Amino acid sequence: MTDFATFASSRTARLVGRGLLVVLIAFPVIWVLFIANGTSFGSAVSDPKDFLITLLNGLTAAALYFVVASGFTLIFGLMRVVNMAHGAFFLFGGYIALKVQRGQVGEGGSFGLSSSQVGLFQWVLPLIAGAAAVAGLGLLMQQLFIRWNQGQELRQALITIAVSIIMADQMLAHFGGVAQDIAWPGTFDKFVNLHVAGVQYTLTRLVIAGIGLAIGLGLWLWLKKTRTGMVIRAGVDDRAMVSAMGINIQLTFAIAFLVGSALAGVGGVIGGSFASLAPGVDANWLLNSLVVVIIGGMGSLGGAAIGALLLGLTTNFAAAYLPADYTFYSIIFTFVLLAIVLAVRPLGLYGRPA
Amino acid sequence: MSAPGTDGPLLAVRDLDVHYGRAHVLQSVSFEMGREPVSLIGRNGMGKSTLCNAIMQIRPPTAKGSITFEGQELVGKPSYKVAALGIGYVPQGRRLFESLTVDEHLRMASPRGREKRRWDPAAVYELFPRLAQRKDTGGTQLSGGEQQMLAIGRALLGNPKLLIMDEPSEGLAPAIIEMLIDTFRRLADEGLAILVVEQNLSVATSLAERQLVMVAGRISTETTAEALTGDPEAQRRWLGVERA
Repeated sequence: MTDFATFASSRTARLVGRGLLVVLIAFPVIWVLFIANGTSFGSAVSDPKDFLITLLNGLTAAALYFVVASGFTLIFGLMRVVNMAHGAFFLFGGYIALKVQRGQVGEGGSFGLSSSQVGLFQWVLPLIAGAAAVAGLGLLMQQLFIRWNQGQELRQALITIAVSIIMADQMLAHFGGVAQDIAWPGTFDKFVNLHVAGVQYTLTRLVIAGIGLAIGLGLWLWLKKTRTGMVIRAGVDDRAMVSAMGINIQLTFAIAFLVGSALAGVGGVIGGSFASLAPGVDANWLLNSLVVVIIGGMGSLGGAAIGALLLGLTTNFAAAYLPADYTFYSIIFTFVLLAIVLAVRPLGLYGRPA
Repeated sequence: MSAPGTDGPLLAVRDLDVHYGRAHVLQSVSFEMGREPVSLIGRNGMGKSTLCNAIMQIRPPTAKGSITFEGQELVGKPSYKVAALGIGYVPQGRRLFESLTVDEHLRMASPRGREKRRWDPAAVYELFPRLAQRKDTGGTQLSGGEQQMLAIGRALLGNPKLLIMDEPSEGLAPAIIEMLIDTFRRLADEGLAILVVEQNLSVATSLAERQLVMVAGRISTETTAEALTGDPEAQRRWLGVERA
C-alpha cells in the first residue's frame, strides 16, 4: 500500500498518468475520424454525412442536458441544496404541458396528437404552463421544507428525495404508466436541408439547440449584469457576508429556487416533446443532471455547459461509433467519461472547494 | 429626527453570553457606546471577533443577553436587518467575494432608490482613488491594502451610523495603515461612530480615546489611549506586545 502511494505520487506516475490521459482522449477521436472498423457508418472521412448528423445529435442532446442541469447547479451553487427532486420536477413539468396541450387541442388518436394538429402557440403555451407550475412547486418546497433546515445539507437532500418519491407515485396515479409525448407544433416538425454533405436535419432538434443557447445566454447575462445576479454570485462565495451587507439573502434563495425549478420544467416540456414522458424518466434526468454537474463542477454555470457538451457528445458518439456487435455497451462510456474527469479533477472541471 | 433611543447610547450590549457548543466564548459582556470612536483590544482568541459576529447576528451561535442599537433589540434579528438599521461591518480577513470585481462589489452594495445618500459608488471612489483605477479587477486579486479599502467602501455603501471594523490593519504595510488611520479619522469627524477591534496598539490608540480591553471572553478593563500608551506593563499584559 505504501509502495503504491509512493509510486502514485512519483514523477514517473504522473508522466504515465498524463500519457494515459492523452491516449484516452486521442484514441476515440482517431477511431471516429479515420478507423471505425465494423461500425454501421464507417469512419468520418469515409462517411462525413453520418458523422455530421451524429455531431449535431450530440450537440442538441447537450442543449437539453444543459437546460436541465443549469437549474440544478444554480440551486446547488447558491444554497448547497442537492435537489434530488429535480428529475421529478422535470417529469411534472412535462405532464402539466401535456395536459394543457391536450386541453387545447383534444386527446388525438390512440397514439396521441400528431404535429399537424398542433400550432406553434399550442406548444408554447404548454411550455410556459409547465415551467410556471414547476417554478411554483419548487418555491413551495423550498419555503415549506428547505428553508428551515438551512445548513443541514444531508437533511435537505433527504427531504428532496422524499418529495421526489411522493411525486413519482402521485404522477403514476394521475398520469398513468404508459409513455406519452407532447406533440411538436407542425412548424417545427420537419427536415431542413443544411447544404453540408447533403444532410437533411430535423428542425425540432435545432429548435432545442436554439432554446438551450438562448437559456444559457440569458442566464449568463442575468448572473453577470444584474444586481440579483451579482448577489447570487456573491452568495455562492459567502452567504453570511452578503446578509451582513443588509441584503435579504432569503429573497435571493427564493428567486434562485424559482428559476432553477422553472428550468427543470422547461427541460421536461422539451424532453417530453423530443422523447416521451413515463415513470422512470424522472430518475433518468436526475442522473443526467448529476453526471453533468459532477463533470462540470457543482455550482458552476460554465461547468454545466461543458459537462452537458461532453455528456451529449459521448453518449451519441459511443452509440454510433462502437462496432455494431458492441453497441449495447455504449452506456458504459458515460461512466468512463466520469471516471476520467474525476481522476484528473476530483471537483469537476470548474469545481471549487466549498 | 427623534427616533426612539436617540438620547440613550447608540450601541448597548448587556450581559451577553455566547456559547459555541460547550465553549463559553463570551461571558456576560456589557458595554455602551455613543458616537465617539471606541477601540476593543485584546490578544488572539479572547472573543473579539465573536462579539462582532454577535452584534451583526452572523450565524448566531447560542447568544443570550441583549444588544440594542438606538434602542432596538438586535438579538434574534436576521443579520440583513441588523445591517439595515445602520451598522456597517468590515470583517476580519476582509471577506471579499471571489466572483465579483471591485465595481461589482460596490454596485451590489450601493443604496437603492433615487434619494441622494452620503455614500454611493462614486463617493467611495472619491474616498479611495486607488479603487477607481482597479474597477474591473477581481476583489480578491487586489493587494492587501486595496482589499481593505474595498471592504470599507462596501460597508460604507450601506450608509451606516456605526462602522464595526475587525482588525482593519491586519497584514498591512505601515504606510497603508497610516493612510487608513487618516481615513478613519475623517469618517469619525463626519459623525460616523466607529468600533474598531485591534491588536495593533498604535492603530487602536490613534483612533479612539476609549479603550475596552477584552480578556478571556470578558471586558476586563476600560482604559484610555493616553493611559495605555504610557503603560508598557499594561500593553504586555493585554496585548502581549512590547512597543518598539
